[in-house]
Amino acid sequence: MSAQTLYDKLWNSHVVRQDADGTALIYVDRQLVHEVTSPQAFEGLRLAKRRPWRIASLLAVPDHNVPTTNRAAGITDPVSRIQVETLDANCAEFGITEFKMGDIRQGVVHVMGPEQGATLPGMTVVCGDSHTSTHGAFGALAHGIGTSEVEHVMATQCLVAKKSKSMEVRVEGVLGHGVTAKDIALAVIGLIGTAGGTGYAIEFTGSTVRGLSMEGRMTLCNMVIEAGARAGMIAADDTTFAYLKGRPFAPQGAMWEQAVASWRNLHSDEGAVFDTTLQLDAAQIKPQVTWGTSPEMVVSVDGCVPDPASMGQDKREGAERALVYMDLKANTPITEIKIDKVFIGSCTNGRIEDMRAAAAVARGKKVAANVMQALVVPGSGLVKLQAEQEGLDKIFIEAGFEWRDPGCSMCLAMNDDKLAAGERCASTSNRNFEGRQGQGGRTHLVSPEMAAAAAIAGHFVDVSKI
Amino acid sequence: MEKFTQINGLVVPLDRANVDTDAIIPKQFLKSIKRSGFGPNAFDEWRYLDHGEPGMDNSTRPVNPEFVLNQPRYQGAQVLLTRENFGCGSSREHAPWALEDYGFRVIIAPSFADIFFNNCFKNGLLPIKLDVDTVDALFKAEAVTANFKLAIDLEAQTITLPEGTVYPFIVDAFRKHCLLNGLDDIGLTLQHMDEISAFEAKHRAAQPWL
Repeated sequence: MSAQTLYDKLWNSHVVRQDADGTALIYVDRQLVHEVTSPQAFEGLRLAKRRPWRIASLLAVPDHNVPTTNRAAGITDPVSRIQVETLDANCAEFGITEFKMGDIRQGVVHVMGPEQGATLPGMTVVCGDSHTSTHGAFGALAHGIGTSEVEHVMATQCLVAKKSKSMEVRVEGVLGHGVTAKDIALAVIGLIGTAGGTGYAIEFTGSTVRGLSMEGRMTLCNMVIEAGARAGMIAADDTTFAYLKGRPFAPQGAMWEQAVASWRNLHSDEGAVFDTTLQLDAAQIKPQVTWGTSPEMVVSVDGCVPDPASMGQDKREGAERALVYMDLKANTPITEIKIDKVFIGSCTNGRIEDMRAAAAVARGKKVAANVMQALVVPGSGLVKLQAEQEGLDKIFIEAGFEWRDPGCSMCLAMNDDKLAAGERCASTSNRNFEGRQGQGGRTHLVSPEMAAAAAIAGHFVDVSKI
Repeated sequence: MEKFTQINGLVVPLDRANVDTDAIIPKQFLKSIKRSGFGPNAFDEWRYLDHGEPGMDNSTRPVNPEFVLNQPRYQGAQVLLTRENFGCGSSREHAPWALEDYGFRVIIAPSFADIFFNNCFKNGLLPIKLDVDTVDALFKAEAVTANFKLAIDLEAQTITLPEGTVYPFIVDAFRKHCLLNGLDDIGLTLQHMDEISAFEAKHRAAQPWL
């Protein structure tokens, strides 16, 4: 058999049937469920008198709407409360495992799944959320789906799909001090653009990627959707297996050994051909900061806000509009941009390693006087617990950060954590769209180290220099 | 799902690239547990001058007269003409629900984000990709034509301009079939129930940890 890419292997091993035009039924091993994109799917099942095909493949958690403070009071927003209660009721009705708001295992769905070992190498993983690409970090085929597809997968255990093209993003070399997986992701998006990956499944390869922790790999795969790619993936290796071993949903004992033996094949073969390949030199990547209203509007921290006048016709108008929205002037050095708020968390950067990295920067320092709020929102109850056991909460609190309960929080501002109009935020999340963190709010995407450093300085600083 | 065969619909030009799903339907409206009623909040932050929340009476809110959808000449539009990478960002199906509920049946752009594109077909909404030059020509034609309508025929896969120019478009055969007949794909997939069961048995025997 000819050399296969990781994507080929994952795709081929899940094709139930395929029509001549390439339309296939793909078997789904795991579906993660949250409160926002599932109620209409459950309602559809009920109306058609259908039951989920395989209950054990489903795992649910509320994350988008949950409050990150004063949980004892419950959810005060009645509309949010109804949505979370609807998830609880649907899971109870259909017998689906759910980690409810009070459960220590509750968290952002893409933090919770891997943490539980519910995402395993070789799986197909879907969720009604575009950041499902995160799970590809485990050598899995994982991507976001719409609510109609949520219902379809529940009812049939399959997805109707056509195979995407394949793109290899190879990163070689050693990352500089203070440069992270987030910076690689933003640099790639800056290079190929927010639609550069549309129609592709991206595999990250190379020594830099192999050297990343699972947390870093998840950050990288999480962001592929911001380049337009539905799925991102990384070969499974010893780092993957070490992360998964002993987790509640991972196989145990002899079954574990059997699984690992099988998972060792989950890499692109020598000589496998990709439709497109992109190469990056890790040493050239600097800490990244977005300046506009699309993740592709990004520069290195030592750069300046670009001048739309220097851009081609296709980019100029969007850039001009973005600068108006962001209230920025062309050619302003990034390090002169002052911020009002900081958000550290999300499915992109809400894991224990992110908490540690931000705490290391904040240790013994104080949040700048002009920063009116600096939130740290751990990705799950278990991340929160571990961080507290390591004393990270005290470091943050002493520095003037707020230490919150887990959820999506200010990444998309569906709960009370949001920016007011005109406020400028250094955020470890994934989207800087207009209004994403609150109507009129201005988002700059950065790594946890960069966000913490900006909180301390009151403006962006180059963490590679500290 | 509503069938789609052909329409002769008024075109509204939304001359922006990278229109994301947060712009199409802001997050506060995703708290609904229903599939319908999102139309009045489509493009909420661009369309109204105040901040919208679920449950507001949208008919009494101040509208932004600058926003193209609010201009009198575009009332009743069924065709949204826009630029590259429409529907990027979140997978929220609330975006096509909002567009469909507003009254759109067709979106024409040079490119779409994958998940949004896919979601459209599940909701009786036809996304049409045309090359950049053709989209540009449509923008120009619209700008100089009052009441600019396009006749869109899914069966024939054609777009016809008021003066008679015809542009063909490409659509996936399976999606076309579903849209033309208003078919629910769950029912279609369940016709292959035996194949799914057979696959599942083999798949899980080979990987018993799944």
